[in-house]
Amino acid sequence: MSEPTRVDRRTAIKWVAMASTLPWLQRPAIGTAAPAARKGYGTDPKLNRVYKPGELWPLTLPPFMRQAAAALCDTIIPADEHSPSASSVGVVDFIDEWISAPYEAQRADRKTILEGLGWLEIESKTRFKQFFVDLTPAQKAAICDDICYLPRAKPEFQEGAKFFATFRDLTAGGFYTTPAGSKDIRYVGNVALERFDGPPPEVLRKLGLTVPPQ
Amino acid sequence: MPFVKPDKLGGYDVIVVGSGAAGGQTAYTLAMGGARVLMLEAGRNYVPEQETPMFQTRGEAPLRAASTPDKPFGFHDATIDGGWQVPGEPYVNTTEEDSGRFDWWRARMLGGRTNHWGRYSFRNGPYDFKPYTRDGLGFDWPITYGELAPYYDKVEMLIGVYGDNDGLENTPNSSAGCLLPPPKPRASDLLIAQRSKQLGIPVVAGHRAVLTQKLDDRTIPAKLHPGNPSAQKILAEHMRGRAACFWATPCGRGCSIRATYQSTTVHLPPALATGKLDILVNAMVREVTLDKSGHASGVAYVDKTTGKSHEAKARAVVLGASSCETVRILLNSKNPQFPQGLANSSGKLGRYLMDTVGSSVDGQIPLLEDLPPHNEDGASGGHMYAPWWLYKEQLAGKLGFARGYHIEFGGGRGMPSTGTVAGIEWLTGGSYGRKFKEDARRYYGSFVWFDGRGEMIPNEGSYCEIDPKVKDRWGIPVLRFRWQWSEHETRQAAHMQRTFGEIIAAMGGRMKDPIITDGSKAIAPGGSIIHEVGGAIMGSDRTKSVTNRWGQAWDVPNLFITDGAVFASNADKNPTLTIMALAWRAADHILDRMTRKEL
Repeated sequence: MSEPTRVDRRTAIKWVAMASTLPWLQRPAIGTAAPAARKGYGTDPKLNRVYKPGELWPLTLPPFMRQAAAALCDTIIPADEHSPSASSVGVVDFIDEWISAPYEAQRADRKTILEGLGWLEIESKTRFKQFFVDLTPAQKAAICDDICYLPRAKPEFQEGAKFFATFRDLTAGGFYTTPAGSKDIRYVGNVALERFDGPPPEVLRKLGLTVPPQ
Repeated sequence: MPFVKPDKLGGYDVIVVGSGAAGGQTAYTLAMGGARVLMLEAGRNYVPEQETPMFQTRGEAPLRAASTPDKPFGFHDATIDGGWQVPGEPYVNTTEEDSGRFDWWRARMLGGRTNHWGRYSFRNGPYDFKPYTRDGLGFDWPITYGELAPYYDKVEMLIGVYGDNDGLENTPNSSAGCLLPPPKPRASDLLIAQRSKQLGIPVVAGHRAVLTQKLDDRTIPAKLHPGNPSAQKILAEHMRGRAACFWATPCGRGCSIRATYQSTTVHLPPALATGKLDILVNAMVREVTLDKSGHASGVAYVDKTTGKSHEAKARAVVLGASSCETVRILLNSKNPQFPQGLANSSGKLGRYLMDTVGSSVDGQIPLLEDLPPHNEDGASGGHMYAPWWLYKEQLAGKLGFARGYHIEFGGGRGMPSTGTVAGIEWLTGGSYGRKFKEDARRYYGSFVWFDGRGEMIPNEGSYCEIDPKVKDRWGIPVLRFRWQWSEHETRQAAHMQRTFGEIIAAMGGRMKDPIITDGSKAIAPGGSIIHEVGGAIMGSDRTKSVTNRWGQAWDVPNLFITDGAVFASNADKNPTLTIMALAWRAADHILDRMTRKEL
């Protein structure tokens, strides 16, 4: 396994300057992100243990892109009074695991995510002379508002909107499967119970249903 | 004993090929009845008590347990070395078009697909055994519901099935004491039931093989094994070893506390305890061998751990390898006496493959938004369902398709996955930030899904045969499939879509996409519901069927089939319970014939 090529800030600046002159599909990848792993976990992995991203195949998101990914994760799922931000509970590692995986669907998402993060940096630099991570919340929102909903995105933001939809789904998928995310949406299962009582009376009342006979 | 190696085989009365619902039930009944049995399983040994991921969250799995080609039903699914493709064991489709393709789900593990199945356990009704008599289509079975009913009772008592007796048309009641109490409905169940009733659709307790309470080890063993104190004692002990459901962790992962039916936790432990059952795993059966008199002498198989070929011998051979694998073994058992494959004098081997008609619709129900948090894990699968309700309209020719379907459905606040808060822009308008988190809280738990599960009528265009070229990694020729739906199925799928759209509307709900009105686009591809049956159908005419009423091959008197291959029709009722009832009945018949020295 090879280390992902380090992309420092200076390299990133040069890449943005060069890539911003090219159409979306002709832009080279930033740095040379290591190819995603070839071998999956196979058809008989051990099921009853805990796995961590990076354990089964190497993570390959270049460090500079991790910053952009973390900033975008936390723009989509920021900390609030209910739960912490997405990046603080390992969602960037999950997205990195996902785009580094050897399976076809994940490889397709890898292309979307790497190209999309590159676009995000170019857009940030072009509009605000800063990388995405360094933008103010209002500046981040200005970009995200243009790409957050594909059906209403202008033609020049269609590709960005497809990227954002994928990235938002991955961020949410990573976040709500953590203990903090599950708690946030108030999932209270996965515990052994003596009895299963069905919905409590207040739920039935809210639904306009009568309490079933016991 | 009891797990044996090829060089340590004993003398056997019966060889059973396969260890799932069919093989498990057959071996159980035979061993409890005193026969010496050798079971061959193509996959590895599997120990649910040690291997089941109980309580693991999806966040603890690679890729948050999302589906991959290695684990198509998600990382934690209790399928080993299987899925839509098995490494080194290909199959062929003559077309990749959805309308003509057959997808074949296999598992290579002890217990087979019973480790992960949905646990839905419905009885066929009286109409389902005589469909040709009722509407002139397909084939009648050579048995009646009344003949199989006692075996449905036995299987339900042995494995444990929850449900109610509702007395609905062609939806039989069980005998008193057979069913366990159903779990309480979830919030979405109650709402679906209320609104479906307004549309004339009955919603009743589901039937699933999950212990809502412990089985009665004091009375059931004597009912199942009268006059056999040794079997009663063994069964009672094993019933005490099965815990009741503790209402957590999905059944599809298997169950380490043995609260659901899996062959590995219900059939095989007591069968092994008799001392009469040997199990040979990693044994890939290639063919049934014959003696000079034309009787089956045993099977030839490949030991997958060494790649070497071996033979095993017994007085009788039972195939329970799954419908298509059983057909494959017989088609590959060619010899000068049977050039078209064994038990194929009718030419019907591989013919009349059937799956279940499947079509699905999802909806979002504003009334279910923002409900007070409560635990809805329950028995993990459906607590309720809707049996087919339009028998009279259908018989009167009012529907445009001849056979019915039932509705499985669900909803609620399940364990979060990567899909739980994905693709909801159609509701949120693309929110992100604090608003997105609020939306996630609002919409979580407000979705419902409906799966139609309908009857397919056997036809001449759905079959499998041996591919002339392709072989698996063991050198065994593989199956080639051809699939075809008739308008009875595609119109039924369109009816499912309309019905589900109406139920969602009656709930005040909305759908991301409109229902699909073209049935040929609404229907799931052949095989994808994983209810494949037929291929060696039973009948009363040896020129038109492969086995007789006992699953005994017309052409080879000591060769039996106890899996879904013998189904002469595929009612909307999920096939597993019927497979087990038929297997128990066939095994009783084999024991009788052995006692009478006829085998």
